[in-house]
Amino acid sequence: MTAELSAEAPYRPEPLAPLLELRGVNKSFGVVHVLHDVDFAVYPGQVTALVGDNGAGKSTLVKVIAGIYGRDSGDYLFEGAPVHVNGPRDVAGLGVEVVYQDLALCDNLDIVQNMFLGRELRKGIVLDDMTMEDRARETLASLSVRTVKSVRQSVASLSGGQRQTVAIAKAVLWNSRIVLLDEPTAALGVAQTRQVLDLVRRLADRGLGVVLITHNMNDVLEVADRVTALYLGRVAADVPTENVNHKQIVELITAGRSGDLGIRDDAAATI
Amino acid sequence: MSIQTPAPTPTDTAKVADSDFTGDNRSSATIGDAARDYLNRLRGGDMGSLPALLGLVVLFAVFGLSHDKFLTTYNLTNLVIQAASICVLAMGLVFVLLIGEIDLSAGVAGGASATITALVMIDHGWSWWAAVLAALAIGAVIGLAIGSLVSLLGIPSFVVTLAFFLALQAVPLKLIGSGGSLRFNDEVLRGLSIKNVPVTAGWIAAVLLVVGFAGLTLWQHRSRVAKGLVHKPIALVALQLTVFAGIVLGLTALLSQNRAVNPNVFNISGIPWVAPVVIVLLLLWTFVLTRTRFGRHLYAVGGNAEAARRAGINVTRMKITAFVICTSMAAISGILAASYTGKVSPGSGGGNVLLYAVGAAVIGGTSLFGGRGRAIDAVVGGLVIATIPNGLGLLDQASYINYIVTGGVLLLAASVDAISRRRRSAAGV
Repeated sequence: MTAELSAEAPYRPEPLAPLLELRGVNKSFGVVHVLHDVDFAVYPGQVTALVGDNGAGKSTLVKVIAGIYGRDSGDYLFEGAPVHVNGPRDVAGLGVEVVYQDLALCDNLDIVQNMFLGRELRKGIVLDDMTMEDRARETLASLSVRTVKSVRQSVASLSGGQRQTVAIAKAVLWNSRIVLLDEPTAALGVAQTRQVLDLVRRLADRGLGVVLITHNMNDVLEVADRVTALYLGRVAADVPTENVNHKQIVELITAGRSGDLGIRDDAAATI
Repeated sequence: MSIQTPAPTPTDTAKVADSDFTGDNRSSATIGDAARDYLNRLRGGDMGSLPALLGLVVLFAVFGLSHDKFLTTYNLTNLVIQAASICVLAMGLVFVLLIGEIDLSAGVAGGASATITALVMIDHGWSWWAAVLAALAIGAVIGLAIGSLVSLLGIPSFVVTLAFFLALQAVPLKLIGSGGSLRFNDEVLRGLSIKNVPVTAGWIAAVLLVVGFAGLTLWQHRSRVAKGLVHKPIALVALQLTVFAGIVLGLTALLSQNRAVNPNVFNISGIPWVAPVVIVLLLLWTFVLTRTRFGRHLYAVGGNAEAARRAGINVTRMKITAFVICTSMAAISGILAASYTGKVSPGSGGGNVLLYAVGAAVIGGTSLFGGRGRAIDAVVGGLVIATIPNGLGLLDQASYINYIVTGGVLLLAASVDAISRRRRSAAGV
C-alpha cells in the first residue's frame, strides 16, 4: 500500500545527492499509526518546506529526524550511507540542528551564553568567555544579522524576530550541515518575518540543508526550493516549488492531492 | 521562485561586523554613559544588591542615632560574627533559589549537622577537622535525599523540605535530649568566633585581596579592550576598584583597632576568624557560579529548564547538586552558629534561622523565581538581616518586635523581588 508519488522523477532538476534521507519510515504510538512509509530528503543548499495540516505528522517526522523518537521501520541515511541514530546526541553529532517553535532560549542569559549553552568553551575548568563572545559575534555577522545591538544583551530584551535569529544562529554556530526550523515565523510580525526568511535563505545559500516546517504558504512560495506535503502521515507530494502554485499546495495539504499530484484515490481510501 | 539574496562577500561581512555591534565598542564610553546605563537598568527592575545597601544605610542610621553603643567597633565586630552563619546559610540557599526551588529544612539540617559535630568531638574524641568533614558529609547526604525526591519523584521542594524540616528536628532532640545542650568548646571551632586573626596577618591578607582583585580586573579589562569585546569604561573600573579597596581596607582598619571595653588592660583587636571563612566561601562560590560550566548551567536550569534540557544539560543532576551544595553549606552554617553560642541545643537551627537566611538572599538580590542570584547577595543581605536583631537587642526591645521587624523585612524584600521581576518582563532587561 505504498503511496504512489507522481510528478517525482521528471521534475527533479538538482544534480545533488541528498544530504539526509529517510526511506520508508513508519512510526506508531500504540494503535495510532502516525507516519506511513514516509520518504523525506534534504538537499544541500536548498530550503525544503515541510507542510501539512495539524496532525499530518510534521512534528513527529521532525522528532524522528532529530532522534527524539525512534523509528518502527525505515532507513536513516546521511550523505547516502545508512547511519545508526540513537537519540538526539547522535543526530547533533551528524551536524543536524533543530530550532524548535518555543525557541528554547534562557531569558536570564545573554546572547553569547545562550548560543553556547550546553557546549561552552573552556580553558581548563574556566569558561572561555572571550572566545565565545568573539565567535558568537562572528556567526551573527556572517549571517548579516543587523538587528542585534550587543551580543551581551540579555535574551529577555529581544523581540520575537531577534530571538528567532539568535536561535537560528545558535544552530549554525556549530558548522551544522542541516537546520530544521519548526514554524519560525508563526508568532512574528511582517518585518520580523522578513528578517527571518532572509536569514533562512542565506543559510541555504551557504550550502546548508534547510528544512522549514510551516503553515504559511507565503513563506513556502517565497523561500523554499522544494515542498514536501504530508497528508495524514503520508507524503502527498515532494516537488520543486516552481512547479506548484499556492492553490495546489493548499489542496495537497487539505485533501492530499491536487490534479495529477498527490496520493491516488485508492491509496487515500485505505487510510 | 526563491528570492535572490546575494551571499555576503567577505568585505560585506567585515563592514557588518563593524557597524552592527556599535553598542559593544564601549571603549570611548564615559562614566556618564555608564551611569545612564545603570539608571536604565534600575528603572527596568534590575536592582541587584541596591535595596540591601540602602537598607543597611537606613538601619545603621536608625540604630546609630538611637543607641551610642551601636557604632562602636566592639559591636560592629559582634555584628560581623553574628552575620557569618546567616551569610553562609544564605549562600547555600542561593543555589536552590537559583534553580527556582526552596529549601525550608536548611536551618535544621545545619542544627543536626552541628549536633553530630559536637557529639563526635565530645564522645568520640574526633579532631575538629574530622568532625567538620562528618558534618559536611551528613549535610551532603540530606541534600542528596531532598534533591532526589524533588527531581526524580517530582514532589514540590516546598513539601519535601517542609517534611525534612519537621523530621530533622528529631535528630538533636534524640541525641541531646529535651532541655539539654552540648558544649561546643573546641579550640579551633569555638575560636572561629572568639579569636581574631593577628593584626599584621589581617593587613597582609587584606592587601593581597585588594591587589589580587585589582590585578585580575585590570587584566580582564585589558584583554577585552585588546580583543574589541564588550567592556566597561576604564573610569568605571577604576571607581569600582577604589570602592572595593576602600571597603576592604576600611573594614580591616576598623577591626584592627583595640576594641576591648577596658583598652588599657586588655587588647582585643584583629579580624575575627569567621570573616576569612565567609570570604573564602564567597570567592569559591562566586568563581563556581560565574566562571565554570556548572555555574552557567545552574543559571540556565533556573531560567528555562526545558531549554537547558534541550541543550543537553542533565537537569535532574543539576537540581540534586544544588540541594547537596545548599545543605552542605547549611552544615557549615550550623557549625558557625554553634561556634558563636558555644553550645548546641535541640533548638539549634530551628525558629527563624531559615527565614533569616532566605530573607538575606532575597534582600541581597537573589530572585525567588529562579535564574537570578549571586553569592555576594547572600553576604550583603546577611549583614542587613543580622543588623536587625543586633540593633534591636541593644535597644532592649522585646523579642516579639524582632520577629515582626524581620518578617516585615522579608516581605518587603519579596515584594521588591516580585515588582522588579514584573518591571523586568515589561522592560525586557
